[in-house]
Amino acid sequence: MNSEAQAIVEIRNLSKSYRRGSQIVPVLNKLTFDIGKGEFLALMGPSGSGKSTLLNLIAGIDKADSGTIIIGGIDITTLSESELAHWRANNVGFIFQFYNLIPVLSAFENVELPLLLTGLSRRERAEHVNVALSIVGLADRMEHYPGQLSGGQQQRVAIARAIITDPVILVADEPTGDLDRVSAREILDLMERLNAESGKTIVMVTHDPRAAEKAHVIKHLEKGVLNVHPETHF
Amino acid sequence: MFILKLIFKNAFRHKLRTWLTISGITIAILAFGLLRTVISTWYSGVESSSATRLITRNSISLVFFLPLSYEEKIRHVPGVKYVSRDCWFGGIYIDEKHFFPNFAVDPKNYLPLVPEFLVPDDQQAAFIRDRKGALAGRKIVEKYHWKIGDTIALKGTIFPGTWEFVLRAIYHGREKGTDETFFLLHWDYLNERLKKTSPHRADQVGFYFIGVTSPNLASEVSQSIDKMFRNSLAETLTETEKAFQLGFISMSEAIVIAIQMVSFVVIIIIMAVMANTMAMTARERFGEYAVMKTLGFSARHLAVLIFGESMIIAMIGCAAGVAATFPVAKAFGQALDNYFPSFNVATETIYMDIGAAVLVGLVAAIVPAWRAIQIRIADGLRRIG
Ligand SMILES: Nc1ncnc2c1ncn2[C@@H]1O[C@H](COP(=O)(O)OP(=O)(O)O)[C@@H](O)[C@H]1O
Ligand SMILES: [Mg+2]
Repeated sequence: MNSEAQAIVEIRNLSKSYRRGSQIVPVLNKLTFDIGKGEFLALMGPSGSGKSTLLNLIAGIDKADSGTIIIGGIDITTLSESELAHWRANNVGFIFQFYNLIPVLSAFENVELPLLLTGLSRRERAEHVNVALSIVGLADRMEHYPGQLSGGQQQRVAIARAIITDPVILVADEPTGDLDRVSAREILDLMERLNAESGKTIVMVTHDPRAAEKAHVIKHLEKGVLNVHPETHF
Repeated sequence: MFILKLIFKNAFRHKLRTWLTISGITIAILAFGLLRTVISTWYSGVESSSATRLITRNSISLVFFLPLSYEEKIRHVPGVKYVSRDCWFGGIYIDEKHFFPNFAVDPKNYLPLVPEFLVPDDQQAAFIRDRKGALAGRKIVEKYHWKIGDTIALKGTIFPGTWEFVLRAIYHGREKGTDETFFLLHWDYLNERLKKTSPHRADQVGFYFIGVTSPNLASEVSQSIDKMFRNSLAETLTETEKAFQLGFISMSEAIVIAIQMVSFVVIIIIMAVMANTMAMTARERFGEYAVMKTLGFSARHLAVLIFGESMIIAMIGCAAGVAATFPVAKAFGQALDNYFPSFNVATETIYMDIGAAVLVGLVAAIVPAWRAIQIRIADGLRRIG
């Protein structure tokens, strides 16, 4: 696969540091890399190495110090706060470690939530939600509330919510970090399927080598720089 | 619809906390409504007074009397239709706790001045005919189970001795706000006895109650009357009944202001309670707000959620408080029957209740909404992630 030609994400000289009191803590140091269209990328690295920071920058929920992030031809580092919000709603699907569902909304309503920002009618929204929930295998749990679902099921609802707007890119921050082995496998299989069948570009932060196995590309983040894992396979 | 449902569900996430807050608002609105009703009742006498009625009193003070001889002079002032001598009798029935206002009047001239007192024709005639007769309002008649023909004894305070009157007539109020607690007797009867017991106090009048032919003559007539008695032994001050009553009220203005202050303090307290509830609620949900922002929801959406939640809680409390105000005001009015002639909840009071609740709802949401809008997504996610 020639990822150069079909890069969906182009990251150039990306730097980010945090201020802790009077101290400046550099986290990312002039990162430059591409993510190909349809690629399944795993970001690994020790805790505190800046994986979440990098993911948040790619997803447009944090601001870089310098450098550019071009996604689908748009340099998102130049967008204003509200332009970014709009961009995220249309282009990014989020999967979090702790699912982050709204507890007072049913599975159906949680998945429907992002569609409220679109002009879709109630009927059209329902159709989309039904499709998304059946993709993740939870069509029979639509009326359940997050508290009534297992961790794995909640994460599947979160995945349905992430794909409901048909985003360009899915970002997942340790999506299996809080799950037992069986549930984790189900989630990874689901993500693999989304990648293979719908061609979704996925960026996944993970600690778990088994999770990383599913990815096409594994990148290691250490001390603010990236190393491509020697065992990267396609 | 979706958003409304979410707001509702959010509002009742912590059921106990929410219901306690709602109860607090209910009680505050109830207290506010009752205090406002006390105030509006206070002024209701003023509102019901007619613009064609004047009162001439001694210019020095209400407690000084005027000579009887003024009556005929006033009657001849152009524009004057009726003049009734009038005097605060101040008699006590049974004891001080059983208070009702009682005046000595000239019935023939007084009754045409008060069309809001509905008296059957035969009773009216009987009252005018009997010098010891009395006319009483429906409310006190019912309270003391009086019947026409009953003898009622009042203990004099200003005019010593026991005074007996025969109930000859009962009036009903034309309107809801009409005072139905008046007790009226013949000034002539009072004067007759004074002539015997303390002649120096006879032929004196507390004030003159005057009816003019048209409201726009009121100020002209007032001026002519006062001019007529300038430089005489007892100078007069003539004003509309409304101004007279306002003057009367202004004596107790300090109390009214105090009640007003308390009513606002009640609202401020509940505002603080409500603001605390909303702050707690919003703090617990920062993670969720960060998730919603991540999904692309804007500051405006979050503000709608938070303000909406605050408003729902405030409005439920308000509705319950308003609903409770009517029966409680009624019970209150019955308990304090003789002090408040008509303890009715005014429409304006309901508007003020609603206004206060809206204010509470809005104010309580400002800080939480501002914080939720300000929060950086990455930080918000970190709180839960
Ligand atoms: N908001 C922040 N303020 C200060 N330091 C932060 C903040 N977010 C992250 N960091 C620091 O940046 C570094 C990278 O964090 P993070 O991207 O969360 O790492 P990872 O996800 O790889 O564990 C850590 O040292 C962390 O303490
Ligand atoms: Mg992390």
